[in-house]
Formats: sequence, C-alpha cells, structure tokens
Amino acid sequence: MIDRPALTSSLLYLDNVAVAFDGYKALRGLSLVLRPGEMRAIIGPNGAGKTTMMDVITGKTKPDSGTVYFAGSHDLTKLDEPAIAELGIGRKFQKPTVFESHTVEDNILLALKAPRGPFATLFGKPAVGQLEKIETILRTTRLTDHRARMAADLSHGQKQWLEIGMLLAQDPKLLLVDEPVAGMTDAETVQTADLLREIARDHSVVVVEHDMTFVRDLGVTVTVLHEGSVLAEGPLDVVSAEPRVIEVYLGR
Amino acid sequence: MLTARLASHRRTMGAVISLVALAILVPLLLLALPESSALHVPSYLVALFGKYLCFALLAVSLDLVWGYCGILSLGHGAFFALGGYAMGMYLMRQIGTRGSYADPILPDFMVFLNMKALPVTWWGFNHFAYAMLMVLLVPGILAFVFGFLAFRSRVNGVYLSIITQAMTYALLLAFFRNDMGFGGNNGLTDFKDIVGFNVQADATRAVLFSLSALALATALVASQAIVVSKFGKVLVAIRDAESRARFVGYRVENYKLVIFTLSAMMAGIAGALYVPQVGIINPSEFQPTNSIEAVIWVAVGGRGTLVGAALGAVLVNFGKTYLTGAFPSAWLFALGALFIVVTIFMPKGILGLLDPRRRRAPPRKDAPASVEAAIDANVPVDR
Ligand SMILES: Nc1ncnc2c1ncn2[C@@H]1O[C@H](COP(=O)(O)OP(=O)(O)OP(=O)(O)O)[C@@H](O)[C@H]1O
Ligand SMILES: [Mg+2]
Repeated sequence: MIDRPALTSSLLYLDNVAVAFDGYKALRGLSLVLRPGEMRAIIGPNGAGKTTMMDVITGKTKPDSGTVYFAGSHDLTKLDEPAIAELGIGRKFQKPTVFESHTVEDNILLALKAPRGPFATLFGKPAVGQLEKIETILRTTRLTDHRARMAADLSHGQKQWLEIGMLLAQDPKLLLVDEPVAGMTDAETVQTADLLREIARDHSVVVVEHDMTFVRDLGVTVTVLHEGSVLAEGPLDVVSAEPRVIEVYLGR
Repeated sequence: MLTARLASHRRTMGAVISLVALAILVPLLLLALPESSALHVPSYLVALFGKYLCFALLAVSLDLVWGYCGILSLGHGAFFALGGYAMGMYLMRQIGTRGSYADPILPDFMVFLNMKALPVTWWGFNHFAYAMLMVLLVPGILAFVFGFLAFRSRVNGVYLSIITQAMTYALLLAFFRNDMGFGGNNGLTDFKDIVGFNVQADATRAVLFSLSALALATALVASQAIVVSKFGKVLVAIRDAESRARFVGYRVENYKLVIFTLSAMMAGIAGALYVPQVGIINPSEFQPTNSIEAVIWVAVGGRGTLVGAALGAVLVNFGKTYLTGAFPSAWLFALGALFIVVTIFMPKGILGLLDPRRRRAPPRKDAPASVEAAIDANVPVDR
C-alpha cells in the first residue's frame, strides 16, 4: 500500500489510472482524490471517460494500470461489484436502471442495507425499522404516491429518482451518480439538485453531468475530464474561464 | 401490484386444491368402481395423466429458473432423465432372479454384456432410500457443478442456453454407450416391483398417480413460497437488470446457483415419478428436443406463473398424445407452429390472458369472503 497523506485522508483515491478498450485509451493517467464528505461534480465532453471512471470505481471494469483506493485502505481493483457495493459505494447508471417488474416499494426494499446472501433472503425475517426507512426514502424521493406502481410504469424522471432512492436505501458512504438529470424537465432538474444537495449533507457524492445550470446549482468543486484524464479542477467559475476548457468543452 | 400477487396466490391455491382432489378421487374411480361403471377410469389413462403430471413438475422446475431468474435452460430434460435413471436402477435391482438370466445381483443387460460384477455406480441402488437420495443428489450435484462454473464465469443468455443443450447432448451420447453400464441404447426396462408392489398393478398405478399429483402440489406451494420471498424478488431483479443487482450488492452467481440446483432436484423428482409409470427409461430422454419441448410448455402456459407452466405441460402433452395418434407426422410442425403463435400473439402464455394488469377490470367483489381471507392471511407482510 502506498503511504501518502493524500491517500490516507481520502475517501476515494485514483492515481494514474489507465483503461484501454481494444487499443482505444478511454482513461489515460486519470488521477482524482475525494475527501470524506465531499461532493464533486465531473464534467467533460462525450467520450471523455466519465462513465468508464465509474466503471473502474465500482469494479465493472478492471484498469490496465494505476491505483484505486477506497477509504485509504481498500484496493478496489481487486474486488468485484457486490464486494464494492458491500464496502459502501453505490451507483446510479447513466441510463436509469431499476427493477422494472417490481413495485417502487420493492425496488427500495431490495436495495435496503441488509444481509445479501441467498439464504439470508430466503429464510430471513424483515429487519426492524425497515418500513420506516422505506417510508423516509419514498418521501425524500417524492415517490410516496407511486409506491405500489410497477417501476416500468414510472416516467423517466421518476425512474431517475427511484434509482437515487435505491442508492439511499443502500446507505453507501460514497454515491456515484451518472447524469441524473438527463431527460428531465427544468422543474425536475431543480428538484433533483435539491435532492442531491440534501443527500450530500451526510454522504460523499460524485456527480457526472452535462447540464451546466444544474452543476452551477450544486455549487461544488468541478473536475473537467478530457480524453481520459483531468483537464482542470476547481470552482466552476474558475475552470470555466480556462481557455483549454472552453476550447474542448464549453465553447462548442 | 397487490392484485397480481393475490391472483397468483389464488391460482396456486386453486391448483393445489384440484391436485389434492385428483390424488384422492382418481384412485377411488380406478379401484372402487367396477369396470362397467361409466365413471371408471381405465388404468392406461391413469398412467397417461400421471405422466402429464410429471411433465408438469418438470415445467414448474424450469419456470423457476427461466420465468423468475431468466436462465433459459435448454438442458432441463437431463436432470429429469438422471432422476429417472436413479429410479430405474432401483427398479432394475428389484427384478432379482426374475430376469431372463436369473442372476440374483446383475440385471439382464450386464449378464448379456459379460460383466462379472456390479459396477460401483450401481452399488446401494437395491435400497429404496439410497435410490431416492440419488434422485435428488445426482441432478443436484450436476447442476451445482455446472452452475458453479457457468455462473461464476458469467456465461449468460444464448451462450448459457447453448451449453445447457450441449450438456444434455453429451449425456445422451454417454448413456448410449454400453460400457457406461446403464443399459446403453435399450436403457432400463422390464421392471417388476416397486417397494414390494407390482408396478403394473392398478393399485400401484393409482398410488403413483396420486404421488405425482401430490408432488406437483407440493412443488407449487414451495415454489410459490420461494418466489414471494425476498429471495424470489432478488431472482426477478436479476432477471430484469442483472448488473443493477450486482451493484446493489447481490452476488448474482450465488442466487443463480441456488435456484438452478433446487430446480434440477425438482426435475429429478419428476423423472423418478415418471419412470415407474411409463415402465422404461432410455437415453432418448436426454434428447435435446425434450428439453426444448419443456421450454415450449412453459411458454404456452405462461412464463413466470408456475401454475401456468404446469397447465402448459399438461395441455401441450395432451395435444401431443392426440396428434401423434391421429397424424403422426404432424406433431413437430404443430409444436413449431404453436411456439411461433405463442411467442407472437401470447407472450405471457395462457395465463397472461387472465392477467389482472391486462384486464384493467375493477377489483372483483364476487369472490367468497372466506377465500379472500385465507389468501390475505398467506400474503407475507413485506409492504
Ligand atoms: N466497454 C467498452 N468497450 C469499448 N469501448 C468503450 C467501452 N466503454 C467505453 N468505451 C469507449 O470509451 C470512451 C469513453 O467512454 P465513456 O462512456 O466513459 O464516456 P463518457 O465520458 O461517459 O461520455 P458520455 O458523456 O457520452 O456519457 C468512449 O469513446 C467509449 O466509446
Ligand atoms: Mg457516460
């Protein structure tokens, strides 16, 4: 294990991560450090490697080289998806993915923090306080009135919220949220920013988003990715004034 | 959603009550009534419907993995056949000196093949309890090993279906060989007794029929309990969005392994009940087409409905018996046509036509209050 102050005090630590798909370098030397409790927005043009970065953090993609540590001590490159989820990293996909033929409520129930093994779910009793937790999450995600509906029947925006609700149910230390407002109306976008800020009060969050108004609403440090590595980092006003950022991203 | 769950409880209850009634009535109609009576059931019909019930049990086992977990097994016939062989081996050893060669230990085909001693694989099969254990263990262990390798390497979709098909085909070829010691091409037949009763006797047939009905009823109750449990919900979650289930923290491969193994054991029981009723087990039971037919039964009845799968198996096989009698060459075409019609016009099968979500009818008020209450009492409190 590398012993560096930046590592030990970090919640998430990526150093010099490289990933190639059939020779195409999706990530080239990506480094990123997230402090515990921090909320970070990631922006960057299509194909910059934002989703790939999340794939690496959650164990879906193994990096070709580089280090990825969680909470200073867990080497994420050696773990698979369920193990990483168990550590406390939750993820919302770019395309909303919920369990379509379950009700809204069952979707949250399945995500609730609880023993995950087949025998625990086959023979286990429902945990105490489970109903209250589900209630709270339904309220937070504004889905109380839709609890009995099939997830498949929800609107696009509601599915996005349900997925965020499932993330909350997992009660992870770190939430990775990929394009949460894609396809949402303006009103929904504003509500989602509220929701995420609310969540960020007691969780660390990484949000990928193209919607600049939304990123501005969040009011957090922004990291700009370009061609698989970090182009700029800082407050939105500062990074959006940088000529390189304007050239590759904002100016188009 | 509650209405759909209620409907599925009601369906299962209905099926279980009918099966228990059949298990009691059919032996009575076969045994107690004189042959001249209009209500007398001829014994060949009892055996025929007993066979359908075994297929129904196979269909339910397949529905558990395919309907609920999305694992399209095209090799479930293999587990059925293995259960059947385990039962057949027990029945062979019960023949004893009544075989043509009158060898007290070796079945006829072994004497014919000049085998001097009973192969290890046959040891213990003279004991009923051991044989029944093997009915569960042989398919169970094969499914476990197969599933362990396939699910851990994340073999999915069409690829998984193809290797299940290869598995049953490999077993077909193996069981054809005389030197495997399972009777080769001819398989196992000429059975005499089962736990001391003549397999041909009307009373034995009646009991086997009843046992098949009860086994199916038990399987339906157990499967229903599984699918409404949180475990069952995880299965459906895996079917709907496998990678989401992983990111939520479920070890998908373990879930698949548990349900695949359970399902294979259920198929083994079906095979074991089937063999004494048809009087023979041979390698043709491993034919890949058998497994594919089982998938069609489930599709016809309604994937992911359990009772529908059982119903589909009985109906399609009823049609098969009729058609192969009336127009022997037409069966395969009819089956193919049926599959196409069901896939295009009835994607949810026969039971899909009764789906409350589809009907959009107001909740029924005419159902008897006592049944409602009974069903409500059964609905697990997970809301
Ligand atoms: N599994 C894969 N196989 C091959 N190429 C891939 C794979 N995943 C991503 N890529 C490629 O890697 C590059 C980075 O993709 P990625 O999805 O990370 O971009 P992104 O920043 O999320 O873009 P967007 O804003 O469009 O979501 C793209 O060129 C993409 O085509
Ligand atoms: Mg992306």
